[in-house]
Amino acid sequence: MTLSRLITILSVLIWLPLAAAIAQDAETPPTDPRAATGGAQTLEDILARQRGETIDMSFRDTLTGPDADEAAYVQQLGTLGVTSDPALWRALRYNDATLSVSSRSPAADVVMQDSGMTWLAWRAGPLRTYGGYLMLGMIAFLAVFLALRGRIRTDHPLSGRKVLRFSAIERFGHWLLAGSFILLGVTGLVQLFGRVAIIPLIGHEAFAPIAIAGKWVHNNVAWAFMLGLIMVTVFWISHNIPNRLDLKWIAVGGGLFSKGVHPPAKKFNAGQKIIFWAVVVFGVSISASGLSLLFPFELPMFAATFEKLNALGIPGWFGMDPLKTELMPHEEMQLAQLWHAIVAFVFMAIILAHIYIGSIGMEGAFDAMGKGEVDETWAAEHHSLWLEELKAKESKDSAALTPTE
Amino acid sequence: MKSMWIAFVAIFVVAYGADRALDYTGFSAQEKTSGPSVRLD
Repeated sequence: MTLSRLITILSVLIWLPLAAAIAQDAETPPTDPRAATGGAQTLEDILARQRGETIDMSFRDTLTGPDADEAAYVQQLGTLGVTSDPALWRALRYNDATLSVSSRSPAADVVMQDSGMTWLAWRAGPLRTYGGYLMLGMIAFLAVFLALRGRIRTDHPLSGRKVLRFSAIERFGHWLLAGSFILLGVTGLVQLFGRVAIIPLIGHEAFAPIAIAGKWVHNNVAWAFMLGLIMVTVFWISHNIPNRLDLKWIAVGGGLFSKGVHPPAKKFNAGQKIIFWAVVVFGVSISASGLSLLFPFELPMFAATFEKLNALGIPGWFGMDPLKTELMPHEEMQLAQLWHAIVAFVFMAIILAHIYIGSIGMEGAFDAMGKGEVDETWAAEHHSLWLEELKAKESKDSAALTPTE
Repeated sequence: MKSMWIAFVAIFVVAYGADRALDYTGFSAQEKTSGPSVRLD
């Protein structure tokens, strides 16, 4: 019994200081999580970064050189002075070092940037995957639509009388835009999917000249695309202002899904107006990011755009934090490339539908842009108000030419 | 169809012209990124 009491008392005496220490710890305010490393990053910081988590680097990104007290000794202590190697590496890491480089490239003095792996992961991952699905999905949708609906033909026999739908200069502008778009689309896809889809088939040596030729075509045909975009915008913008007729057209699906339905339309119906504005908006956006890529580091636009979006509070609408407004030169280029490709995929999906309805999807549609003329029956069924305006103008012109008695 | 074929030819004329013009005005990658101590050719 005595021995038992003695053990109990000893146990209490042993645990008492430990319990007191635990209690004291609980009352102590939280200390610097990096106290153990003297303020340097911890293993947890490194592991978190490897997990892809965003780390607040403010505890180290300014530690890039001697502080004010130490600066006085810099010259006395040799090349580095009191600057440590880690401080020098941090200065390189956070683009705070004073460098002199031989290359004249605008961003040549940025020797370290950490957004490259994120960009590469996006480009090789979601961009290819979802972009590819979008293309294949649109092709599959159009194939199913063709199988179910068949080719859309005129309900009445063709009259044999032709009317001019698009002038030679309008057709030139359209084909300048269309031809360059197809070349840009194909060469862009070759650049993006070459490594995973073409090199395994033909090898690196055979792919290299294809990639170089594709790059030349993509860089230079872009100017023809922009010229064509300006031309069609100027030619057709006045015909593509939305009006009430468009609502009627959309209400019956433009007659695309049922035979014998022909909603009235002027020169362009609501479907064509949607295509037109998509071409203008996506065309301008892809041209802007394309110019940024054509002249690397000369035309950064994302930091300025993000600043405006933040000022409008747009990221908050989607529950996002404000976007970064201080971007490294390479980060600007990486964002421009990703944006260029995302817009391109959506643009190509829309244009696939346009190519379909303008060729195999609808009888007589290609003639409008190919030869420039369409049959009167086709015009009466698809663009009745435009045909009426055309006839009224012709009658007025012929009346003006008829000599009075 | 003449407009279409002329436009297709124009694409290559514009592309070739743009390439030459940018090269002539010093916008080539070589001109922009090389210097006395860095040669790319």
